[in-house]
Amino acid sequence: MASITEKSDSEDTAKVALWNNPKARALVFQVLLIGLILWSGWYMYSNLQANLERQNIASGFGFLNTTAGFGIIQALVPYSETSTFGTVFIVGLLNTILVSVIGIFFATMLGFLLGISRLSHNWVISKLATVYIETLRNIPLLLQIFFWYFAVLRSVPGKRDKWSLLDSFHLNIMGFHAPKPIFEAGSSFVVYAVIAGIIASFFIKRWSTKRQMETGQTFPVLWTSLGLIIGIPLVVFFAMGMPMHLDYALFKDTGSRLRQGFQAGHGMVLIPEFLALLLALSMYTATFIAEIVRAGILAVSHGQTEAASALGLRSGMTLRLVVIPQALRVIIPPLTSQYLNLIKNSSLAVAIAYPDLVSVFAGTTLNQTGQAVEIIIMTMLVYLFLSLVTSMFMNWYNAHMALVDR
Amino acid sequence: MSGYVRETEAPELPAPAFVKGPVHWIRENLFPNWWNSILTLVSLYIGYLLFSSVIDFALISAVFTGDSGKSCIRESGGHVGACWPFIWAKFDQFIYGRYPLAERWRVDVVYLVGMAALIPALMPALPFKKWNVLFLLIVYPVMTFFLLVGGSFGLEPVETSLWGGLLVTLVVAVTGIVASLPIGIILALGRRSSMPTARFVSIIFIEFWRGVPLITVLFMSSVMFPLLLPEGVNFDKLLRALVGVALFSAAYMAEVVRGGLQAIPRGQYEGAQALGLSYWKMMGLIVLPQALKLVIPGIVNTFIGLFKDTTLVMIIGLFDLLGIVQLNFTDPKWISPVTSHTGYLFAAAIFWMFCFSMSRYSIYMENRLHTGHKR
Repeated sequence: MASITEKSDSEDTAKVALWNNPKARALVFQVLLIGLILWSGWYMYSNLQANLERQNIASGFGFLNTTAGFGIIQALVPYSETSTFGTVFIVGLLNTILVSVIGIFFATMLGFLLGISRLSHNWVISKLATVYIETLRNIPLLLQIFFWYFAVLRSVPGKRDKWSLLDSFHLNIMGFHAPKPIFEAGSSFVVYAVIAGIIASFFIKRWSTKRQMETGQTFPVLWTSLGLIIGIPLVVFFAMGMPMHLDYALFKDTGSRLRQGFQAGHGMVLIPEFLALLLALSMYTATFIAEIVRAGILAVSHGQTEAASALGLRSGMTLRLVVIPQALRVIIPPLTSQYLNLIKNSSLAVAIAYPDLVSVFAGTTLNQTGQAVEIIIMTMLVYLFLSLVTSMFMNWYNAHMALVDR
Repeated sequence: MSGYVRETEAPELPAPAFVKGPVHWIRENLFPNWWNSILTLVSLYIGYLLFSSVIDFALISAVFTGDSGKSCIRESGGHVGACWPFIWAKFDQFIYGRYPLAERWRVDVVYLVGMAALIPALMPALPFKKWNVLFLLIVYPVMTFFLLVGGSFGLEPVETSLWGGLLVTLVVAVTGIVASLPIGIILALGRRSSMPTARFVSIIFIEFWRGVPLITVLFMSSVMFPLLLPEGVNFDKLLRALVGVALFSAAYMAEVVRGGLQAIPRGQYEGAQALGLSYWKMMGLIVLPQALKLVIPGIVNTFIGLFKDTTLVMIIGLFDLLGIVQLNFTDPKWISPVTSHTGYLFAAAIFWMFCFSMSRYSIYMENRLHTGHKR
């Protein structure tokens, strides 16, 4: 039997002409494909060289060491007009990461809240969540950013006036002003106490899981950990004589007219560009997260909840031990792509001049140096890298949560 | 004894009010316990606030007539709602951009033919689906090109810098989706190919475009593309943006199509091969028709995303609907405190109508297509 198949096989290959042999065809096709890519790469490269020479544009990354000469309204690292374009890159990158991380946090909170609300038995709440989701997710993000920036945050009081909450949070056209915590000597002990609390809770968690597996006895891990992470640092804080004070925003409505308003160097200020971008990004992305959460919870079959209550689990435990772990498996992969979308969408900052990477680097720096190729490639690589890091982290978390076959 | 046995049925009584009917419904759904009651009242109040302020802004305190921004400013400095005359005055601009007045009938023809061909294509019950879709995907784009660009068949040429408003939004979105379909299919096939080079190239291409924001793609097409082309070759700005958008959405389309290809059972591939069909015949006649039908909802969702993303072209200086609305805020004749609010409300309403109806359609198709495929 085997010899017959072998024979017919060899006969076939012998008969088939070369251009009908699938392997030969595949080889030829692949060689052609590589050739085409190499040729177009070379073609574009030679055009680029000719164009750069003709337009007198420098090439290479030397521009990163030249002085930028423009100001940036929000910088997380020391920056002045004499800093280099390399620093501009860092400042933009950090601003992008800042708004993305905070945006992801708020979008997740709001998204989970909305997703659960939409499933609520309370008719008013579920309808309110539905209207929110269906309205905001069908309106372009850029329009929402513009709305918050040009329509809402321009309608607040002017420079010499303010809206206040509790006399410490203020809003006016210069942004949102809040007290800034100033740490003094001794506050490092509080930080050590928090770190020690986290490490201790980790070991308590491991010990209690082990004990529960062996004896079935449970231990109130959550309350112990909260006590360790919050309680002990608080005790340390008071024992050290409260080594922190709040620096309140200083508002002047007397004196020379030019000097009125919020004084620089006091309190913490969030610029309106940041606020508008953050609000729009998190409110828009939350609608997508809400739908993902809803789908995830609906994917856990009703039998699971019923079995849990048949075993005598209370509703809180059912949710925590049965529903959420299973729902998370469905939620995490699409949630990852929403996080990636949020990071990429933060580049819309350029439309309202929030100094993110695209705005200050691919925008201002490109205009000043004209080195389009280097700058666009660097910017794209940064986003690719950020996407890669986020999806690697979420894949790790997904693998951690995934179903373990026993 | 018989006197104790009831011989006639007792008359049916209506169910008590607290187990059936509106009272029961309200108790069960709105006030089952004290904290849900508080939540209900709070959300009712929030809902009332939102609803009443939108109604108040759009209708009750709105200004409906007037010929300049002054009509939208109260002398007393009081509260004013939407400034609708701004929208009436600029409506043509929002729809056509600066397209020459005498040539606007061409845009109308494009809009009307598009609608006349699209509506039957969307209704599954109607016949000639294949011809209808082919018309939409091949004949209609060619016709649109010649009508809008002009310069042939005795039509005046119209520069793309004059295009604007909803026209640009639709041109970018529709071109993006129509061009991305064939590229996306090729990429999806490449990603599932047995040839390592084709697979590698497709994966790199798809993951690259999916990993970068559309803004950087548009920047690339507007400032980097011209440097890569030979001297003297110069593309139109709109065309460059279209190339960027098409490549960008092709990567997303490829992933959608790949999902469809993976959903087709192995037996279909094997059956086609057993019949002696070549690779392209197998894909073109057996696999792709089934796969594409399966992913219609996914394609519509990609289109919704792309439609919203077209607003980004204003950043590279093209005037889509949002861009032209934003541009008109600077018109000194129409300056008032509510002009921008009104403009954003109008643009949001237009985008919302398009996207919401498309998402409803995608849900409808999903329900229709799921019959028989769910196992």
